[in-house]
Amino acid sequence: MRGRPNLYTSYEAESQLMPTRTKKVVLGLFLVVAVLMPFDLPIIDQLPVVRFLGDNVWLRLVNRALCFMIAALGLNILSGLAGQISLGHTFFGGVGAYTAVLMGGKASSNLWGWGLPMWLWLPAAGVVAAAVGIAVAPAAVRVRGLYLGIVTLGLVFIGLHLSRVFPEIAGPGALGRKWPRMELRLWKEDEPFLDFSRDGHWLWFDINKNQKTYLFLLVVVIVMAWMAANLARSRTGRALQAIRDRDVAAEIMGVPEYRYKTTAFAISSFYAGIGGALFASLSVQLPPEQWSLIGAVTFIAALLIGGMGRVSGVLMGSFFVVTSHRFVEEIVDWMKHQAEEGGVFSGFFDFLISTGQGDGGFVSVMETALGYPLPVSALDEIIYGLLIIFFLLFEPLGLYGIWIKIRNYWKGWPFSY
Amino acid sequence: MSGLPLVLAANALDTFVQTLFKALALGSLYALLALGFVLIYKATQTINFAQGALALAGTWFLSIIFMDWEIPGRWIGGPGWVHWFIALLLAATATAVLGLIVERLTIRPMIGEPLFSMAVITLGLEVVIRVVAFDAVNTTPRILGIPWGAETFKIGGAMVAWSYIAAIGMAGVAFLGTWRFFKTRTGVAMRATAFDQEAALAQGINVGRVFAIAWAAGAALAAISGIFASMPPWGPAGLASRDGAFFAFRALPAVILGGLDSVVGALIGGLIIGFAEVFAGQYLASYTGVIGTGYQQVVPYVVMLVGLLVRPYGIFGTAEVRRV
Repeated sequence: MRGRPNLYTSYEAESQLMPTRTKKVVLGLFLVVAVLMPFDLPIIDQLPVVRFLGDNVWLRLVNRALCFMIAALGLNILSGLAGQISLGHTFFGGVGAYTAVLMGGKASSNLWGWGLPMWLWLPAAGVVAAAVGIAVAPAAVRVRGLYLGIVTLGLVFIGLHLSRVFPEIAGPGALGRKWPRMELRLWKEDEPFLDFSRDGHWLWFDINKNQKTYLFLLVVVIVMAWMAANLARSRTGRALQAIRDRDVAAEIMGVPEYRYKTTAFAISSFYAGIGGALFASLSVQLPPEQWSLIGAVTFIAALLIGGMGRVSGVLMGSFFVVTSHRFVEEIVDWMKHQAEEGGVFSGFFDFLISTGQGDGGFVSVMETALGYPLPVSALDEIIYGLLIIFFLLFEPLGLYGIWIKIRNYWKGWPFSY
Repeated sequence: MSGLPLVLAANALDTFVQTLFKALALGSLYALLALGFVLIYKATQTINFAQGALALAGTWFLSIIFMDWEIPGRWIGGPGWVHWFIALLLAATATAVLGLIVERLTIRPMIGEPLFSMAVITLGLEVVIRVVAFDAVNTTPRILGIPWGAETFKIGGAMVAWSYIAAIGMAGVAFLGTWRFFKTRTGVAMRATAFDQEAALAQGINVGRVFAIAWAAGAALAAISGIFASMPPWGPAGLASRDGAFFAFRALPAVILGGLDSVVGALIGGLIIGFAEVFAGQYLASYTGVIGTGYQQVVPYVVMLVGLLVRPYGIFGTAEVRRV
């Protein structure tokens, strides 16, 4: 069997999650790195541009990326597997988040909240979002293609309006309300036995709250990703892919379209609800506008950049989309230093970067600068937009496609095909 | 709508007339925006999510051309409103050129790719154009120099803004123009392309040129509707503002309700949505305690959802023929 990687002798062998030893080893290494990442590793803080990889601000960003991954996995089931366009994924994230705050939040004179523990509000966030998904499905299944995209877009606006109708849940004004912390406790007022939102001491190590949250979210992401990967190779997953590829043909083969599309909506909303609740809890306080169209576009971008329909692609894409601005900032910062200190490329960097009033360049490093040259925050939005276009034009399979190309190069060695 | 003057007329009839004009005007604006979406959809089978960003770019062009460079006022005399309309045409042309560039670079290579990818490309375009235009608009408040400003006149006891009349007129001109255009040689070529791209190619129609024309026309319509949407009763006192980029999203229900590929649908859908929004805003105002403030902005989506449940491809849209 060695040397013939595409030879499968049984159906079970072909549908395995981990068909090759290389894949197992790579995944194992990846998990080790993922677990060690939040702790200050001695090598990282020596590297020039990625020096920030150990600090707390970076870790908080990674935590956001992890929450984002959970919801993106959900959208992948709806769009990647079942082929249904959704611009309303943030709506379901919002449903989950507000379920969480209603169940776990603290009540006051003008706010509702039942103060229940996390092991109740987190699953409930997913379940309620899934229920809303099922409730929406009859309308959504009836329309297809771009019409569906706009219908789901309508959900976002209706959701934003509902948050204004119920200030008791969404919180008054533009600040929003406070979400319950990530902590495990038995019942309402008990002492938490696992608290992810405070610094503490685990085994022999001091561990801060970001590291704790990271490890907790990592476990959730791994479980959710594993479930998503398994779903793709189950009966349901195959039915969804049949619907994606040709819905009429799928129905002729006996795949009930209506039921499976509803299932896809329910599962994807479940993921969105969990992701939304965790994201909100991580952010402590959020305005309702957080669950807007722009967020939904970001999810689609994550899927496209990572690679539609692939769990690993979605994880890469989400990580990339959420953290890329940090890399842009760091690179611009590094270029600024190069330009100031002088060096081989200092003239070139000086040409690119505007360091102050009157200095020419394409990018301004002044935070408050508006207009031209572009501030860094505008630059990373533009890069993000350009990346969406670039990947669609040149690499429709996304980062996953790039990885496949690299892999096939080695796999087919010494042949180039 | 938040920006509309809530002047209460003396009696019920005047209130009705006033609301009627308001609804007609908003409906015309939506119809204009919808027409841009429909033209692009007919040619390239994609919703252009960048219409709003193009609209913002258009308003910015107008303010640069008319206020900063004083074109055409520095060369010719005559009344100011003629100047303004010439500048409007120039701004629309500039946006059309932008549309052409965008189409050539990003849309043309995507022909034959899945609908989803095409639509998402325009989402990426939206981000890029919007951010650049935001930064351009942000430096100074950009005045558009609209000749009739916020002035109103009276019909009986009803207050009617001149902007309403202008928007209705503009929509009328645009739809008549489109109707005439579809009778010309190029227009027939576009209809053929919308029907079947390969068959059109086989007949010797230059499909690439049809795409270019559709995008140029769509971008020009986006600019014009963006400029009209920045006028006093709707926009903030005739300034080019960041909100302009999001106004186009409010016209999407009109496009969908009318049917993505129907020009008549754009007109009827726009008017239905405009009427629903304005009349709900006027006559349901006493129920805000139950349905929440700002409920008018959700009305278009609710109307669209109900409409789609009855007719999944919109009122005038062609149902997609599905083969195994």
